[in-house]
Parts: sequence; C-alpha cells; structure tokens
Amino acid sequence: MTCFRYILALAIKEFLALLRDKRSRMVIIGPPIAQLLIFGFAATYDLNNVPVVIFDEDRGVAARELVSRIDGSPNFQVVTTISHDSEIAPLIDNKEALLVLHIGQNFSADLMQGRTAPLQAILDGRNSNTAMIAMNYLRTILLDYNRSWLESQGRSGPLVTLQTRTWYNENLQSRWFIIPGIVGLLTLVVTLLVTALSVAREREAGTFDQLLVTPLRPTEILIGKAIPGIVIGLLQATLIIVLMVLFFNIPLRGSIGALYLGIVLFLLSAVGIGLMISAIAATQQQAVLGAFLFLVPSVILSGFATPIANMPQLVQWLTYLNPLRYFLVVVRGVTLEGDGYALLMNQYWPMAIIGVASLAFAGWLFRNRMY
Amino acid sequence: MRLLGMIHKESLQILRDPSSISIAFVLPVVLLFLFGYGVSLDAKLIPVGIVIEQPDTATQSLAGAFERSEFFQPYHFDSIQTAQQMLNERHIDGILWMRSNFSSNLLAGEEAPIGVIINGVDSNQANITQGYIQGTWLAWLSRYAESRGHSLPMPVSLEQRVWFNAALSSRLFLVPGLIAIIMTMIGSLLTALVVAREWERGTMEALMVTPLRIGELLAGKLIPYFALGMTGMLFSVALAVWQFEVPLRGSLWLLMVSSALFMLVALAIGMLISIVAKNQFVAGQLAIIVTFLPAFILSGFLFDINSMPEWVQLITHLVPARYFVAILQTLFLAGDVWPVVLSNMGALLIMLLFFFTLVWRKSHKHLE
Amino acid sequence: MSGAVITLSAVSKSFHRAGHKITALDSIDLTLQPGRVTGLIGPDGAGKTTLMRLVAGLLLPDKGAIRVLGIDALARPLEVQSSIGYMPQRFGLYEDLSVQENLELYADLQGVPVAQRAARFQKLMQMTSLSPFTRRLAGKLSGGMKQKLGLACTLVRSPRLLLLDEPTVGVDPLSRRELWQIVYRQVQEVGMGVLLSTAYLDEAERCDEVILMHQGKLLGQGTPAEFSRPVSGRIFQASAAGCSHRRLQEQLSRAPGVLDALIEGEAVRLVMETPGKPEPEALLPEQQNLQLTAVEPRFEDAFIARLKRPRDLGSMTLSLRKKVTANTDDEVIRVHNLQRRFGDFIAVNDISFSVRRGEIFGLLGANGAGKSTTFRMLCGLLPASSGELAVAGHDLRQAAASARGRIGYMAQKFSLYTSLSVIQNLRFFSSVYGLRGRQQKARLEWALTTFELEPFRDANAGDLPLGYKQRLSFAAALMHEPEILFLDEPTSGVDPLARREFWTRTNALAEAGVTVLVTTHFMEEANYCDRLVIMAEGEVLIEGTPLTMKASARTAENPDPTMEDAFIQLIEQRQAQQATA
Repeated sequence: MTCFRYILALAIKEFLALLRDKRSRMVIIGPPIAQLLIFGFAATYDLNNVPVVIFDEDRGVAARELVSRIDGSPNFQVVTTISHDSEIAPLIDNKEALLVLHIGQNFSADLMQGRTAPLQAILDGRNSNTAMIAMNYLRTILLDYNRSWLESQGRSGPLVTLQTRTWYNENLQSRWFIIPGIVGLLTLVVTLLVTALSVAREREAGTFDQLLVTPLRPTEILIGKAIPGIVIGLLQATLIIVLMVLFFNIPLRGSIGALYLGIVLFLLSAVGIGLMISAIAATQQQAVLGAFLFLVPSVILSGFATPIANMPQLVQWLTYLNPLRYFLVVVRGVTLEGDGYALLMNQYWPMAIIGVASLAFAGWLFRNRMY
Repeated sequence: MRLLGMIHKESLQILRDPSSISIAFVLPVVLLFLFGYGVSLDAKLIPVGIVIEQPDTATQSLAGAFERSEFFQPYHFDSIQTAQQMLNERHIDGILWMRSNFSSNLLAGEEAPIGVIINGVDSNQANITQGYIQGTWLAWLSRYAESRGHSLPMPVSLEQRVWFNAALSSRLFLVPGLIAIIMTMIGSLLTALVVAREWERGTMEALMVTPLRIGELLAGKLIPYFALGMTGMLFSVALAVWQFEVPLRGSLWLLMVSSALFMLVALAIGMLISIVAKNQFVAGQLAIIVTFLPAFILSGFLFDINSMPEWVQLITHLVPARYFVAILQTLFLAGDVWPVVLSNMGALLIMLLFFFTLVWRKSHKHLE
Repeated sequence: MSGAVITLSAVSKSFHRAGHKITALDSIDLTLQPGRVTGLIGPDGAGKTTLMRLVAGLLLPDKGAIRVLGIDALARPLEVQSSIGYMPQRFGLYEDLSVQENLELYADLQGVPVAQRAARFQKLMQMTSLSPFTRRLAGKLSGGMKQKLGLACTLVRSPRLLLLDEPTVGVDPLSRRELWQIVYRQVQEVGMGVLLSTAYLDEAERCDEVILMHQGKLLGQGTPAEFSRPVSGRIFQASAAGCSHRRLQEQLSRAPGVLDALIEGEAVRLVMETPGKPEPEALLPEQQNLQLTAVEPRFEDAFIARLKRPRDLGSMTLSLRKKVTANTDDEVIRVHNLQRRFGDFIAVNDISFSVRRGEIFGLLGANGAGKSTTFRMLCGLLPASSGELAVAGHDLRQAAASARGRIGYMAQKFSLYTSLSVIQNLRFFSSVYGLRGRQQKARLEWALTTFELEPFRDANAGDLPLGYKQRLSFAAALMHEPEILFLDEPTSGVDPLARREFWTRTNALAEAGVTVLVTTHFMEEANYCDRLVIMAEGEVLIEGTPLTMKASARTAENPDPTMEDAFIQLIEQRQAQQATA
C-alpha cells in the first residue's frame, strides 16, 4: 500500500513536470498532429496524374481510342503530343513527362489485320518505384483495351483469365497501409522522447540524486517513471486512432481489445527502451541523440514503408529486436484484417519480452550507473 | 585573423566532439547501409499459395510457370479454405485458385478463370504482386497457345523501355536521395545544436564582447561546418558509387556546385533555428520537425510529389531538399540535364538569399 | 587624460518575463574614475549583471546614456568592445579546447599581433600559475583554475577597462587571493580601470571604491571606510563564559536593540540599532557573564545595517516536534579509511573521521578537494572503492530504503523540479518520505510559514530568486524531520543576507539535536561548526575545532588569524612539503 502511494506521488510529479513546462507540452502535442497530417496526405505510393506524352505516328481511330482510355484514367494525364522522335529525350530528361507512349505507323493496320501491334512505352526510371507502379497501371489499361478490342471484333480473348480480388484493402489504397502504421510510429516517437529525457533531465538538474536519497526503491522510481510514458502513449494512440477512423475513414474491423493489448505491450517495450537510453545518457543531448539513433533504424526496419520480407536475411533477423515491427502487424491486423487475439499471439509475446528485459536493465542502470 | 581564429576553434571542437563526428560520419554510413542493403521496394520471392482442385496437364503447366518464376515461392494447398486460412495468418501473400471445372471449361472452349486473392494491406506490394502474376500469366498463355499450334490473340503488346534504371532497382534512386537527407542533418541539425550550445554554455556572451564582427561570427561558424558537410557529401558519394554501384552519369563538378549551394541553404536554416531557439533541446526538436522530416517525406525522396494533394505540393516548394533530390537523382542517373539542374539550382539560390537575409537581420550582438 | 572610464546617466532597464515587468535598473547615474578597482556590491537581483552587460554593449538600455572610455556605448558598441575586457559570470571557456588553444582563440579575436603573443602568453601563464597546464583541456581544470584562465583570456590584449562579473564565486581562498593579486597588478602596472561585482563582502574592503546597489537602485558610492562610518560605535563583540556561542548568538539575535548577531570565532558580533554601548543586563537579563567590547566596523556591518529588513524573529527558528534525546556521544557518522578512485585518479584517499549526534560537522576545502565525492558516498549515491562508512549504523548504499528516510540531503546546486510550483515540490518530497493526510498538511503549512514561502506558493520553483530557491531546497530536505542532515555547499552563490538566515536555521536544528554534516568553501562559515576537517587533493589535512585550527595558525605578525589564514597556511605547508618530497 505504501509502495503504491510512493509510485502515485512519483507519477503525479512526472506528469506535472511534463505538462507544466511549455516546451514539453509542445513536444507532446504539436509534432504528432502535424506529422499525422503530413504523413496522412503526403505519404502515398498511389500515383495520380502521371504526366504522359503521346507520340502518335498512326493517328488512326484505334490509336485515338487507346489514348483516350489512358487520358481518361485518373492515374494518367496526357500533357502533350509530339510528332518527332527527337522530342522524346528532352521531355523525359527534364522531367516533363514520366511516360512517353510511342504508337507506331502501322498500329491501326496491324490491329485490323489481326496482327499484334506493338506499343512502345518509355519511362523515366529515376524513381524506380514510381516507374514500376506507372507501368502496372498502364498494363491494366492495356489488358482491358485488348479484351474490348477482341470483343468488338467478335473474337474471344484468351480462355484463361485472372479474376483478381484483393482482401482487406479492396481498392489498394496506400493510405490504408500507411496511416495505421503512423499510429505505431508516432506513439513510439512521443513515448521515447518523454521517457528518454526523463532521467537524463533529472540527472542534469541534479534532482535524480535527490530522488535516490529518498526512501524510494529503484523499482518504484522505475514504475513511477514508466507510468507517464504509458499513459501519454495510450492517450496519443487513442487520439490518432480516432482521427484515423473519423478523418481518414480507415476501417476498424477487428477487436478493440486485441488492439489495446497490443498498444499496452508496445508501450511497455517503448518505455523500457526509452528509460534505458535515459539511464545510459549523461546529458539531455546524449539522450536526444540516442533516441534519434534508435528511432531512425527502427522505423526503417519495421515494415512501415518497405516490407521486411524484401530485406536481406541478416537484416531480417535484426528486425526481430524491433518492437515496432510486431506492433505494426497488430495495428494493421486489427484495423484492416479484422484480427482477434489468437491470430496476434505471435506478435504479443516478443513485445512483452522486449519490454520486461529493457525495463529490468533500465532499473539496474539507475543504481549502478552513477557517472 | 579574427575569422581564422574562429575557424580554427570550430574545427578543433568538431574534431574533439564525438557527437559531431557521429552525426557527420557514423549516421550517414548507417543510413546508407540501411537504405542501400536493408530497404528495398523490389519484391523477391513472394510466398503464394496454389490451390488446384483437379490436377491435370493444364494446371500442372500453369503451376510450373509460377514455380519457375524468380518472383514467387509457391506453396500447394488442397483446399481453398486452408489457403485462405494461411493468407489470414499472413503465411502467404496471395492465392492462385484453379477450380475443379478449370480444365473441363478450357477443353470445352469456355472461359476458365483463375481466382486470384491478394492480401492488399500493403497496397504497394499488392500492386507489385499483381503485376508479377499478370506477367507470369501472360507468358504462360502465349506458351500454352504455341504448344497447341496457334498464337495468342494479342492485339496490342507492350514494349517497355525504362531509361536511366533499366532494372528498376530501388537502390539506385534511394541512395542518391539519401545524400540530401544526410546533408540536411549535418547542415541543419548539427549546426543548430552547436550554436545553441554556445548560448547555453555562456560562451556566446564572451564572444560577443570581443571586437568580433557579426559577419565574422557567422562566417566562422559557417565555414567549418560547410567543410564538414561537404566532406560528408563526398564520403557518401564515394560510398554510393563504389559500394552501392550507383552510376554517376553527370559531372562531378556540377554535383559539387549544387551540393555546395544546398549545403549553404541547410546551414542558413540551422543558424536561424539556433538563433530562435537558443537552447539545445528546442533546437534539436525544431531541426527535426522543420528540416529532417520534410526532407524525408516531402522531398520526393521516397514518395512521388505529383501524387500528393495540391496543398501538400505547394508546401513541398518550401522544402529545399525537394530541389536537391531532383538534382541528385538527375545527376546520378540521367546525366547533366541542364534545364532540370539549373531550374532547381535557381530555386535553391532564391532560398539561400531569403534565409541568409533572415539570419543576417536576426543576428545582432545583443543578448536580448 | 583623466576622463571617466564609465559614465551612466539616468539609465533604466527592464525585462519582461512571464508577463511580469521586472525593473532591473532604475535610473542609475554613475561615474567611474580610471586607475582604481570599483566593487559593485548588492544582494541577488540588485541589477549588477545587467549593469555590466549594459556597459559591455550587450544590452541596450530603455532610457539613458552610457559612455565608456569616452565612447558612446549605444552608438558604437564595437569600438567599446575593442577596448574593454569583460569576464561574464560563467566565462565562455571552450571546455573541449586546451588552455593554450583558448588563449590563442581570444588572442585572434582581440587582434593581438602574432609576434607579441609568446611573451604575452608566458606572462599571463606565469601570473596565473597555469604554466604547467597549457596543454590541458579547459574542462579538466578546477574551478579556481578556470576562473584564472578566464581572466587570462580577457587580459590577452591589455584592455583599458576590465569588467568582472562575480569572478570569485565558487573559487577557493587561495585562488581568490591570486585573482585579486592579478587584478591589482593590472591596475598598478597599466592603470587599468576595473569594475568588479562580488557577493563576498570581505572583498568589498579590498576595493578602492564601492558601489552599493539594491533592487535596481543605486544606494551609494564611496570608499569602504565611508560606508562603515555610519555604523561606527554600533559594533560590539559579545562573549559569555559557560554559554555556547551558538546559543548566545540565538539569544542575542532576539534581544532588543540588536540589529544583527553573527558568530565570529568564539564570540558573537553585534550590530546595534543605535550607537552607544548597551548594558549587558538590558540585552540578556538572564545571562550573567555577558561581556561586550567595542570593535571597529567593517563594510559587512554597514551592508547589513543598510539592507537587513526588520523581521519577525520568531519565524526564524525552527520548531521541531521531536527532540532527539539520545546520548550525544553516539557516533552517528563514521568514516574509516574511505577511498574512491575514478580510473587512475584518486578523488578521496584514505580518509577517516566521525561525527557525533547533535554536532555541526564541517567538510572544508577548495573545489576538487574531494568533499562532494565523500558526501555522495555517505549518501549512498556513489559506491566506495574501499574502506568503511556508516550513517546511523548503515551503509546507505546497501541499507533498506527506510534507512534513507532518516537522512535529509540538500545538493550542491539547486536540485528541485524547476517546472513544479513550490507547493508541488514540497508535497512531492513529503509524500515520498511517507508523509500523508493531516500530518503532511501540517508539515506543508510549517514549511511555507517557517521559510516564508507562502507568497510564492504557486510560483514555479525555477522562477524563484536564488535565496528563495535555497530556502525551498532546505525546506524540502526537512519535510520528514530527519535526524541527520547532509548539506552540500548550501550557501554557494547565495548573498550574505540569505546566508545569515540559513545559518540561523541550521544552528537551531543542531540545538534541537539534529546532526548536520556540511561542506563549504566559505572559510568564515567554519566558525559555525563544532568540529571540522579540512580536505585537499582527496586527503584530510587536519581535524579539530575551529579554535584549535586558528590557534595553530597564530604567528607573531598575525596574532588573530581568521579561518581563511589558517586554511591558506595549511595548503602552503602542504605544497612546501610536496616540493621537498
């Protein structure tokens, strides 16, 4: 009971210290909202209005029909048409066009005679991902065009067709992928900053010594310092989830309980790592730098923007130490896939282990690292 | 002499401070290796489930096409339920489902659809997976048609030619863009921190009462960090070219000139932040929010600017890294494309003048 | 040319902080003559630093004109800065540069020709006795050496006017003495004008002229003797056989007509409200043996007489609910062959001492002597490398948490939560010491009234004036009525008025049976201790009472040595020993 009182007193003190300071308040509230908006709107792999240039040497009806299909797609926008080969290079070089479509002289003739008519696509590969996505869009349009051409000629297309359905993210919007990830990202950033600075700041101000000479046990100090991180993280995560559902219309299909179990375990590990950085750092600058050095790789190696499966095996092993990796599966699992507890079990226990281990280490450092 | 003294002092401090060195050299290496080797948008060996309800030669040859592909790692399942279960548990990313009437329909000359289910959570990967499946399917179709003695009815076929990065390797565009991020970090974050540190430790007050002119004070800070940033840049370029085998098709001198221009802009922003913040904590926060994150997200380094909403696109015009990323990707992969390089350098020059005027007007030798 | 070095006419300056307007300087008129050392004296918040910064051209006044060396400081600050030397309170030494590199940097900035440098550096290094350390990083120097290096850097190009903002804060007596010697040499050799602010009142006597400031106003300007004149005939030394000087001081401070009572050696120094020797019986009717002798006034007496505000003295004492009644011969703190090493460096070398219940025990020594390290080991903040230590029978590092509940600790620099309010700080510390409910409420009330913190109840601890911060720290350490109190440099940087209050309270605690272990580098404060040790380079030089220590330093030419004399003599003896060894 006394123990509980001590922890409560500490936790209240931590909250007051955080929230009474204008600067810390700013850190907790300002950047996360700004980041949610910027990430939410800017971070998308979907392409809109890719600038396309048409080099049509055929000028037949079939060619025009193809061009109008491309121009009609929201993904592409025909910016200009050219009539000479030499105009292609400057347009691509100067980034005025991402894609140049060259329709050869015999395009319509070939089509009418049932021969295969080649369509040449020249892409700017400087951003290979953009190029690849644009190509996929183009291919889909072309498949469609082929099918309707054959139909209009009274011929059937290939008998074997693909009937594609995408699960969980039916329209393949990358926003649905990115925004649930932001829940994990922002929660991690804020929790880490709140906790990573907490001990370092007290060490710099000399108040940590003052704490250590009180009858508080290191475990009590540890718990007292962990609580604000977890509470703030929980509020933050809740705020972002509410915004995500109401503002960005991301579905929340699974069990909220499973999501919150994941959040709590994730916060536990984030707080543990934060306190560990804090206990190692002698000054606030080192703590900020340490947090930064942890954050950057852990975001990159989490599957937030690029899939873990594409990484080399060695790097993949490294990601097992990263709590964000597990949490991203939980958020996306619950929001998009509608997962419950059972399916996420394999994500829960690694986070719990990381959390407990890092907290234990941080607690040990409190007493044993004096300089 | 005063200026030389300042430069000498700053250089000594940089050399003795482990955190400067780590931001200038260790972090770039870590980032370059992470992005160069660790991060890739190019999917390899996508695990797919294949369900064949009635095996025969047609389905075998189709499954064989997927097994031989370098993009897929196929697993066979007996029923669609098991496969869906596996998809649900994230063991596989996609399913190809040939129903029991597949072959009979095919023989009867009726349409025989292959059911494709893709996990769309990661939409980008799903798109790529879909593209690979289409490609494999088309290739199989034409081979299947050939084997039966007639050709595939294909009215229009696509011949793609990708310039500058024929293999569409994402490393070739991530690594040059990363140089912009690294220079932003050295220029803005590090400079903001060190100038703020002078305020915090009271050394600024001692500097101010010396006859040092404000211009000398600024130049004394700028020159060493400029040198540090350019060293970091050359170091990253060397790594990019030799370690990651990114081609440098443009000329090195143009790369140096444009990097110098960008470095000055980054430094000016760093200075401005430290003048406003005057303490390391706030300076660090501001630098990350104002320079680092935008350089990451709004520069076109990772996400395509043209696809952002109109108002976000307007904001990206205020991000200096946007111009530099464009220059870098062009110089590395395309070559000296003057219109691109010049227009972006022009934008950087305008930013430079703007920020330097601000720095100049904000700095004075008073404590308030 | 005998023009004034500094002329201020009707200069005012105010700051805006958290919505309040703070008047730092209120229409100051001032003229300073060249070739003399002028002391700028005043309690915290008097506006000393603001005045210095205005003169150095670092701030612009709201009103008024400033001329420095005949130059308009507002219009041409750069010209002023080229001809003055200014050493701010926290001098801007680059800690990651070596001594030599710091000197070179300032020589570059001040435009000292390269040809003259070698000679100038050598002279400065000799003067500051830093010659052996030119290659050492500035961050690795002791506090006194840093200040000397700071002074050397400001003197690289002999300026015509030298501004020194509290140059001797936190500096040990030996270094302090050296700093003063350097300053006077500059005045004598090159006729430099010096303006120097200080919180040490004994230093005021070393100045040619003193400017007294209080709350942004100029109270007076004159020689130290001129200041002392109004209080002549009001200063007495009191002693009483069979009564401890501490108790006597406490009683006298409440006596009628007494403005101030200060422990001085084994006697009590009195400042009376009116001139004329008072009757001993009138002062203390119950004390028979009271002896009063008239003494010469000092600047400090005048300072106190002018600035001490009349107060309800009842609140100065501490009501302690529980009196510690155990045997006073108990050894509460015992240290035996204690050693602490950091790598090769031995911070504390084989020290032993013990403290009895109800004693005020002092740990004296220069910065870096190992006082704080010893302290941190005693409080369980740092493990000892070898040796034994016990506080109330426990080693606090291993002892159960409850053992820590019996001690109170006040760290060297203000170490409470700056963003929490006064009451929040007190409430937090009382809760972690297990106080709650009605008891906690009572202690909070007690703390607010006793330490006169009530008006600041909801102010952020970080925004308090320095003296109040120190009170708050003290209050927080006392919330749980500890038996043993650790005070690490409690009066460092605190102005004389606040220091007096602090010692009055500490005395009362000791009278109530609380054991107090205190470190200080103010030698005069040693007089408050029952017993003390003097430390240097991690070793105990001497242990004893203040009286025996002073007696050992008595010589023919100095029949009545101060504690500072005793300290310097000890250190010099040690240095002589080391030189011969």
